[in-house]
Amino acid sequence: MNFVVEGFGWIFDPANIGGPQGWIARLLEQLSYTFGAVAIGAVIAIPLGYLVGHTGRGRDIAVSLSGGLRALPSLGVLILIGLGLGIGFKAPLITFVILAIPPILAGAYSGFEAVDRKTIDAARAVGMTEWQVITQVEVPLGLPLLIGGIRSGVLQVVATATLAGYISGGALGVFIFEGTSTRNYAETLGASILVTALALALEGIFALVQRLVVPRGVVAKEATDLRPRSSRPQPVMGIPIHEGK
Amino acid sequence: MKWVGSNLDLVWELIVAHVGLSVPPIIIGFLLSIPLGWVANRFRISRGVILLVLGLLYTIPSLPLFIFMPLILGTNQLSSANVVVGLTIYAIALMVRSSADGLASVDDDILQAASAMGYSAWQRFWRVELPLSGPVLLAGLRVVSASTVSLATIGSVIGVTSLGYLFINGFQRNIPAEVITGIVATLLVAVVFDLLLVLLGRVLLPWNARDRTSSRQARRQAVLLAEGVS
Repeated sequence: MNFVVEGFGWIFDPANIGGPQGWIARLLEQLSYTFGAVAIGAVIAIPLGYLVGHTGRGRDIAVSLSGGLRALPSLGVLILIGLGLGIGFKAPLITFVILAIPPILAGAYSGFEAVDRKTIDAARAVGMTEWQVITQVEVPLGLPLLIGGIRSGVLQVVATATLAGYISGGALGVFIFEGTSTRNYAETLGASILVTALALALEGIFALVQRLVVPRGVVAKEATDLRPRSSRPQPVMGIPIHEGK
Repeated sequence: MKWVGSNLDLVWELIVAHVGLSVPPIIIGFLLSIPLGWVANRFRISRGVILLVLGLLYTIPSLPLFIFMPLILGTNQLSSANVVVGLTIYAIALMVRSSADGLASVDDDILQAASAMGYSAWQRFWRVELPLSGPVLLAGLRVVSASTVSLATIGSVIGVTSLGYLFINGFQRNIPAEVITGIVATLLVAVVFDLLLVLLGRVLLPWNARDRTSSRQARRQAVLLAEGVS
């Protein structure tokens, strides 16, 4: 427990908080990486995901891409790009964009796919153009899943942004690496606590946002039964109503 | 290629260390996720608690998690147990949803039929429920395997040897070929694990091969789940 006290001691030491070398500045760098990478990733992934979701084409490619990229070690990619572009913020940013794309892509196309086919047929039947179907039906109804993908992207990038410090790219990881190389465990621990708190705070904010973006009129489907219903037709009590009679 | 040729021994040694770091979390995570998934399905309140706690654990970034481990486990700061336990926590967090979904995917009628045939609850679980949830479990396990192999590289930052050593060393000595070797070797380990899992699935779940659509569906579902979209 002694170490935990030292870790918090490091966090609350005024010498470590303010200024360009303080943790507030580093935390802001971490946030800039996160939202910068997710924003660039979203610009690339959302249109692509919508295209896949709307046309239903390329779904298998998208799935294998997500599955495959999971095995790609981000530290290796970061260092490789870092060796190519030199130290600074560019190499980490590119790495984090690569990291942010799969979850946002998955959120975008699965959001479109989750829309009930009958709803889309109904939209066409009332005379909506293809563009209107996309913008007024599929986009709003797919929004909760898209936000889910963005949330996941933000969490992955904010966690990995810690590694930027390894190639002198700033952010909170700077303290972790400084602490491990100078055997200052309090500093390493303090910075680790900050990174974790930041990730948990972002997770909390996104959980809230995800609830707020469910369009009005769409009642969030809460699972009432944990087990799927039986596939066998259930006996109906009383007199069955036959349509058309 | 020249770099790889003259450092084959080192690369092989690191691959062995990497496999040693990533296999225990995958197996332990899988084994623990099944009872947890079962409990998550059984009661509404346990589902909420289990999924919330695991969701929060999964949110903790890997590097800090490895750094917290010596405080929790009382291990040495350079001990590989820190990475193994950390990776196991991630594996459980990723796998429990798949296990719960897999067990819930078994048709209720089949379970009732098994009970009607005289299976006890215990027999029914082992002989009916678990085998039939196999495709979903397998799909989840493949995602866990890829993710664990990739995350094990981070251990080298805190001094636990894995293929990540090639990244660190390659960076310090400015040898891009060494870093590329590390990336390719990590991907190779992940692909071999994946193939072994698919093969294991073929052997243990022979009926799965005939049902291509449902195993593809399970794979898709598992990937989406891991991306936080479900």
